[in-house]
Amino acid sequence: MSKEWPLWEVFIRGQHGLNHRHVGSLHAPDAEMAINNARDVYTRRNEGVSIWVVPSAAITASSPSDKGPLFEPANSKVYRHPTFYDIPEEVGHM
Amino acid sequence: MYAQLVQTDGLKKPEEMSPEERAFQERIDRGEKIEPKEWMPEGYRKTLIRQIGQHAHSEIVGQLPEGNWITRAPTLERKAILLAKVQDEAGHGLYLYCAAETLGVSRDELMELLHRGKMKYSSIFNYPTLTWADMGAVGWLVDGAAIMNQVPLQRTSFGPYSRAMIRICKEESFHQRQGYAVMMKMCAGTPQQKAMAQDALNRLWYPSLMMFGPSDKDSVHSAQSMAWKIKMNTNDELRQKFVDQTVPQAEYLGLTIPDPELKWNEEKGGYDFSEPDWSEFFDVIAGNGPCNKDRLGARVKAWDDGAWFREGLVAHAEKAAARKAPLAAE
Amino acid sequence: MPSLPDMNTPDVAELAREAAAHSHHTEIPTPDVDQDAFLEFLLRLGDTTLILGHRVSEWCGHSPALEEDIALANVALDLIGQTQMWLGLAAEVEGKGRTADDLAYLRDAWDFRNLLLVERPNGDFGHTLMRQFLFDAWHFELLNALAASTDARVGEIAAKALKEVAYHLERSSDLVIRLGDGTEESNRRMREALEALWAYTGEMFTADEKDRAVAEAGIAPDPESLRAAWEATVRDVLEQATLAVPASTFAHKGGKRGVHTEHLGYILAEMQFLQRAYPGSSW
Repeated sequence: MSKEWPLWEVFIRGQHGLNHRHVGSLHAPDAEMAINNARDVYTRRNEGVSIWVVPSAAITASSPSDKGPLFEPANSKVYRHPTFYDIPEEVGHM
Repeated sequence: MYAQLVQTDGLKKPEEMSPEERAFQERIDRGEKIEPKEWMPEGYRKTLIRQIGQHAHSEIVGQLPEGNWITRAPTLERKAILLAKVQDEAGHGLYLYCAAETLGVSRDELMELLHRGKMKYSSIFNYPTLTWADMGAVGWLVDGAAIMNQVPLQRTSFGPYSRAMIRICKEESFHQRQGYAVMMKMCAGTPQQKAMAQDALNRLWYPSLMMFGPSDKDSVHSAQSMAWKIKMNTNDELRQKFVDQTVPQAEYLGLTIPDPELKWNEEKGGYDFSEPDWSEFFDVIAGNGPCNKDRLGARVKAWDDGAWFREGLVAHAEKAAARKAPLAAE
Repeated sequence: MPSLPDMNTPDVAELAREAAAHSHHTEIPTPDVDQDAFLEFLLRLGDTTLILGHRVSEWCGHSPALEEDIALANVALDLIGQTQMWLGLAAEVEGKGRTADDLAYLRDAWDFRNLLLVERPNGDFGHTLMRQFLFDAWHFELLNALAASTDARVGEIAAKALKEVAYHLERSSDLVIRLGDGTEESNRRMREALEALWAYTGEMFTADEKDRAVAEAGIAPDPESLRAAWEATVRDVLEQATLAVPASTFAHKGGKRGVHTEHLGYILAEMQFLQRAYPGSSW
């Protein structure tokens, strides 16, 4: 079997100014072609205005077994959320 | 469905499971998604690779029967719609191959397995598209049957598969409708056009019913897949739902479902209908359908003829990277 | 009407409305020009995009990689869309109550005015890409000039098509460069494609009295005026592709006056089959 085109992860920023969002993957021989392919594959329905591509191999992911230690401590820090605070109605919108 | 006859090992009882397997099953029961790098039973991984792979193969082989009419579409608008639809199928294949790749198999490996006949694709695509009305009937019946299966699969337990299905279902919305729109046009047209529409329904009705796979009443394979939430409904449930949905649609068109036994059953709140000829189904699966050799041949030819192209681009990318490298090192 | 599952995203309906709103031309006075020449010009362009769109669509499901399959289908879809606009305008200018579909599906080869280049068979994937590149480089220059047409309808269609074609050109030049400067085999195939297609490029720049009439009215550029920019693009891309520009200046001609290669008849036999076999039907 000949050498396979590497896999790329595609991130697209939509019309409304939100962050780039992961939309899927594709194969391409290099970054420039990955951008073109992403345009053809992932924006057929007018989905985006900006594309990022990243080699899948370059992504470092958090380990699933760390899920507890990484994310659960945030559960107890309820004071980070605005709903934690009772503000009297008279103060108005805050 | 697109993964008819994916075999798995028998269903394990909780007491036969290892502690990891039990924890895994509990996560699925709680409705959690399983992500690629997480621990999973080998059977789960293998079954998913086969199922997603077959699904992906079905999408790209499924381009061929409809692609057969792109150059003969009767108006510019029909040509554009059909081309966009067949292009979407290539896209769906691409999303699904990527989902399978998260399980540690490469797209090229899956392609090789398809080309060597080691992996299957849906039996329906081994039937020919003989008239323009088939473009209507395929969209209406085949995509209609596929949607029955794909909508629940959006909730499947494997994250990348579920996300691919969500994207596919979103895009699929126009496929069945365009098929039905072609049928409506044909049925409102000349007597010849209407006859063509009836002929398409006659030929594609039973093959569409076969898409759901044989009855799975007693199948342990199906039970394991359902426990893992990679199969969401039984074949019979989906087939019944499909018939119940399709019969009134055929009546609206003024077409007759080619089944003299078809009748409404008040008690079960659904139609009674005849089973397809399962010996034909197994013949088609075994490679003896009307188009098996043509379909696979076309895929192999596209792959082999394109090898120089894929290699040429890799060679260029390597040269370009090498030309850049000394500059970066300075 | 039986209910079909409704999974349309809201913006699909929005896009469909927008497209419908744009399909109606407002009444704009036509510049003073021989209407036969204007019609001829529109047919030359509309037939060319029609036949190339047809050829490119033949690849759907058969390309060397899924990403390419999808990309080429986008090119074909753009060309079919442009055809609907050019032939739609042609039908309007002709004023005989025909539609774009009538023009596409109910004329014989001798009435077709497309360039010979676009009816050439696809050959291998490299051949198809080389044909696309040689065409895109011309198409881009043409549309660029047409965007400033004295006919507002022409200008409007050209401006829309130009955005699509700018991307076609970017893509086809990129692939020609990569394959020319790829493996020995990809280089050989691209060289062979270039040599086989070169003699069909000259027709893009030849002018007859009809071309001159629309050029004088400011509707379209003089074909010869596009040559320098086209040659500059082609030279630049072929150089990066390590391919030599062929020396021959011989040009096959005839498409623009309805004298075609044998291939066009087969394209039409296939494309027009349903309209011919079931005349008067609605599809």
